[in-house]
Amino acid sequence: MKPEQMTRLGVAHHATPLQPGAEAPDFELPSTPDQRVKQSEFRGQPVILAFYPEDWSPVCSDQLGLYQAVLPEFQKFNAELMGISVDSAWSHLAFAKDRNLHFPLLSDFEPKGEVARTYQVYRAKEGTTERALFVIDADGIIRWSYVSPVGVNPGADGILRALEGLGTETS
Amino acid sequence: MSTTQWEAVLTMPVDEDRDHIQGPADAAVTLVQYGDYECPYCGEAYPILKEVQARMGERLRFVFRNFPISTSHPHAEQAAEAAEAADAQGRFWEMHDLLYENQRHLGDQDLLAYAESLGLDAERFGKELAEHVHAGRVHEDFMSGVRSGVNGTPTFYINSLRHDDSYEAGVLLEALERAAGAQ
Repeated sequence: MKPEQMTRLGVAHHATPLQPGAEAPDFELPSTPDQRVKQSEFRGQPVILAFYPEDWSPVCSDQLGLYQAVLPEFQKFNAELMGISVDSAWSHLAFAKDRNLHFPLLSDFEPKGEVARTYQVYRAKEGTTERALFVIDADGIIRWSYVSPVGVNPGADGILRALEGLGTETS
Repeated sequence: MSTTQWEAVLTMPVDEDRDHIQGPADAAVTLVQYGDYECPYCGEAYPILKEVQARMGERLRFVFRNFPISTSHPHAEQAAEAAEAADAQGRFWEMHDLLYENQRHLGDQDLLAYAESLGLDAERFGKELAEHVHAGRVHEDFMSGVRSGVNGTPTFYINSLRHDDSYEAGVLLEALERAAGAQ
């Protein structure tokens, strides 16, 4: 990859996400226009948080479509997957329906990006979030975090490796 | 940065007995594609790969593995199983080509018609598809891709290292020649 491409893909803007070992900040966000999800409700099982910049952009869709396809593998670890972006719950609803996504997409919409800021993955200049992954263990501790260049789909391998490290595999 | 970094390498090595392969085992360079028959980008890559294969001839070994992203492409899984069912009758590549040449027509009736046009035992083919006899193989390919860092389709590996550049013919040829020269 040429340096100018790397800048275009956002490599130069890498944030430093919350580190492994840190307690995952709790939050409560809408998952649909009339439902809310509280992160701490998932204590007792691993949680995968996938921050992504925006609904509808091509890379996001590939990434989330891939995660939907890999979802049964995540579930072998009893892990709960949640996507998060700054889009509204209505946008999420339409996006999930259009792309056939069957995991919660949380709306970090108001105050905008507040949860992303607490995880240190907000992109203030763009008003979106980094493309960032967190694997949180059953006790609510971050065990792995990763920020991908915004234009690059990070795939699912890192998540699976992190989940393997937790030792919650059932099969 | 706290991130865990790793190289995207092929975690399941090419296996002459298991994999779908065109080109000699001792070719100068090996290109592995993870592909989805319904993915338009794979469709775009299909003639490019034909061109690259024609240009490199026996110096290239080409391997195809299944990576159906069923949530985006409702016919991709069944199409992948159809290619495997054709493989069970020794006609993988013919079916592979037919599927990519008819990406918009991958319904069950279409798949059966392709099997018939290839002179396959259509009854056996239909039965294997209905019973998902080859689903395990397709899933094994898929998971090997996930674990190798496949992040969309098509994803390519050149001598087991992920090719993170464009797959236009010139770029791909240059990368393949570079890898071949480094052998």
